Amino acid sequence: MTIDWQNFTPWASLLGGVLIGLSAGVLALRSGRVLGVSGFVSGLFDRDDEWTSRLMLLAGLIAAPLVVGLVVPQSAPIPDVGWTTVILGGLLVGFGTRMASGCTSGHGVCGLSRLSLRSAVATGLFMAAAFATVFIVRHLI
Amino acid sequence: MRPLFSLFVGLVFGIGLCLSGMTLPSKVIGFLDLSGAWDPSLAFVMGGAIAVGLVLFRAARPRLAPPSNRIDPALATGSVLFGVGWGLVGYCPGPALAALSSLDPKALAFAAAMILGTVLHRLIAALRDGVAAFGRRDGGATVDACA
Repeated sequence: MTIDWQNFTPWASLLGGVLIGLSAGVLALRSGRVLGVSGFVSGLFDRDDEWTSRLMLLAGLIAAPLVVGLVVPQSAPIPDVGWTTVILGGLLVGFGTRMASGCTSGHGVCGLSRLSLRSAVATGLFMAAAFATVFIVRHLI
Repeated sequence: MRPLFSLFVGLVFGIGLCLSGMTLPSKVIGFLDLSGAWDPSLAFVMGGAIAVGLVLFRAARPRLAPPSNRIDPALATGSVLFGVGWGLVGYCPGPALAALSSLDPKALAFAAAMILGTVLHRLIAALRDGVAAFGRRDGGATVDACA
């Protein structure tokens, strides 16, 4: 293994991480809600009095790259894989995160911050599966 | 949650995702690819988020329902399926939504498939709970504790 120094962005990534932790933490403090993107997406299909708030949070998330783009030019966040892989990956991410009741934000950020063993197991497993998948797809096939 | 406050939280969360590099599938794959030239940046995202999160979630503990500690086959299977999808394309749910504003066809297709996967799981869960509830007297209350 070699380190890819050219693409290494420790400070920007750390700052981004701090903002992610800050927004999730402030939502928990103010609203008593755990910020999980997959759960909020699924919650769009639940008609309750939190529906508008969930939609607004997701709207802010969708609008964020446009706001950042006003200040820093953004490179296009486009996957470099074929259509079949895009669709299959989307289905797996949507179905898997709901089956596990959480994704990178709900289990990875919020759950680990709450020292939840359940979230630690989930995070360990999805990270391991992702590392293994990249190794198989990019190096073995 | 109040709507305007939620919008603001989503915006800061999304700006964090953009700055961190999590929204770039190539950077995510660069992190997940240990055997090539490895880009460790995303470990700093997790580090920064959890460092702040530990403090804020500790303070928020009285406001939150205690986290579930149920570790079951659904948690394990779901996490592995999610990890495979993440590794295949490089999008997890947050970045997949943030990518929508690019209007790139593949980004749109991924988000659509992700939402379809979500709906599929809801349908299966509803069918299963419906059948289970049919045989029980308690109505089959469902638990959906994220973390």
